[in-house]
Amino acid sequence: MTDFIDLAIKYLPRLLVAAFQYTLPLTAISFFFGIIFAIMTALIRVAKAPQNEWADAALKILKGVAATYVWFFRSTPMLVQLFIVFYGLPNAHIALFQSAWVSAITVFSLNTGAYASESIRAAISSVSEVQKQAAESLGMTTTQVYLYVVLPQAARISIPPLSNSLISLLKDTSLASVITIVEMFYLSQQIAATNYKVLSMYILVAMVYALFTSILSIGQHYLEKYTSRFAQ
Amino acid sequence: MIKVENLSKKYPDKNALDDISVTFPAEETTAIVGPSGSGKSTLLHSLNLLERPTSGRLIVDELDLNLDKTLTKAQVLDVRKHFGMVFQEKALFTHLTVLKNLTEGPTKVKKISQDQALEKAHALLKQFNMEELANRYPYQLSGGQQQRVAILRALAMEPQYLLLDEPTSALDPELEAQVLRVLRELAQKETSMIIVTHNMAFAQQVADKIVFIDNGHVGYDGKTEDFFHSTDPRIKQFLGAMTF
Ligand SMILES: Nc1ncnc2c1ncn2[C@@H]1O[C@H](COP(=O)(O)OP(=O)(O)OP(=O)(O)O)[C@@H](O)[C@H]1O
Ligand SMILES: [Mg+2]
Repeated sequence: MTDFIDLAIKYLPRLLVAAFQYTLPLTAISFFFGIIFAIMTALIRVAKAPQNEWADAALKILKGVAATYVWFFRSTPMLVQLFIVFYGLPNAHIALFQSAWVSAITVFSLNTGAYASESIRAAISSVSEVQKQAAESLGMTTTQVYLYVVLPQAARISIPPLSNSLISLLKDTSLASVITIVEMFYLSQQIAATNYKVLSMYILVAMVYALFTSILSIGQHYLEKYTSRFAQ
Repeated sequence: MIKVENLSKKYPDKNALDDISVTFPAEETTAIVGPSGSGKSTLLHSLNLLERPTSGRLIVDELDLNLDKTLTKAQVLDVRKHFGMVFQEKALFTHLTVLKNLTEGPTKVKKISQDQALEKAHALLKQFNMEELANRYPYQLSGGQQQRVAILRALAMEPQYLLLDEPTSALDPELEAQVLRVLRELAQKETSMIIVTHNMAFAQQVADKIVFIDNGHVGYDGKTEDFFHSTDPRIKQFLGAMTF
């Protein structure tokens, strides 16, 4: 036990530096873009066909793209997605993403976006029809109805599932290690390879992940409590 | 004045409204009555185009729309400017306080300044003795309070016409009385109101005019007094089944 405490004192600072340099920024940036993808995808998927013929055709295509996107990212492992983007595409001379960072953020945010779009879609659908009618009766345009009534109400409903997405994402950033990013988990592997304290190092890094995800869970709890005052 | 001519609303399996023509005068209260499923809500929602009629003509003050054609968004918004609406279900914005419910339309749709909208909202709440509710959320209100706030939300937009679809049918009698008191007050001020109601006593006392909708057709369109003394067998049958 004292061994473990010594080890923690020795290596914790380096792990935390890696967390603040890699794990947390990867999580935050990917979540930010992921939510943007998710909202766009969800809105496309709930959108109703307008009366205009061309707009109707365009919407059908968009819906197809959105459905395929969600399907692909939900039905394939993130590890495989990372390999395709970082190793596969450059190998086929499609050098879109030379940078490991850009590759990681792309895959993480698209992945989060696919899952979160389903949560947001469900939340949007759960806003009652009469809330929308009330907004329309005040003279709001469709955009205003969504901006001022539907999305704010859907946001509260999606807090629990989106919090889960965020927590999963934070843990999943450890996969960035396979595409050469020396994030917190990769660093712990490197240290374990030099000091041979394999079990202790991995327990230590697990504890650091648990610390951050617990902080997020507590945040979620307070956010839910705060927003429950808008409940029905 | 509002006028609908030859208005129809067809569903694949049913004609909710079948070629009806009615007028709703300004500065009067018109009650729309009729059996359940007869098309009252469909008619009311057709006036502000929350429901799109299949065919017919809609005249709202200076606007004259041919409903056989597809309407533009601008046309629909122009029509809606004339109306405020109160729904049967709880329809206050659940994520906003009473005050914000009252200012949302004026600030976002009419682009009135926040300060002006707030001033107006406070004045309305004061006028109807509901100031103490200003900072509550809808779930913290009784059903009757919610409906009264919903009426004020509609009035805050200063519409020419107030549409109400059974605003009290989900309420206990006591709470219903609070709401009806507000509506009586508005009727006395010659607010133009069109109200769908099952409350015949209220219709008899307050409405200037009755429109009786029966199975998608207009079964009566005229003075309130005459409706309640009608010898028409269908009307007598309907009134006989209603409680006063
Ligand atoms: N979306 C729809 N699809 C098919 N039929 C519908 C639809 N909406 C309404 N109807 C039918 O149209 C008719 C008129 O409905 P409406 O809601 O206007 O009746 P109502 O007079 O308001 O009834 P209530 O007193 O019960 O509120 C009903 O028979 C109803 O079943
Ligand atoms: Mg109805």
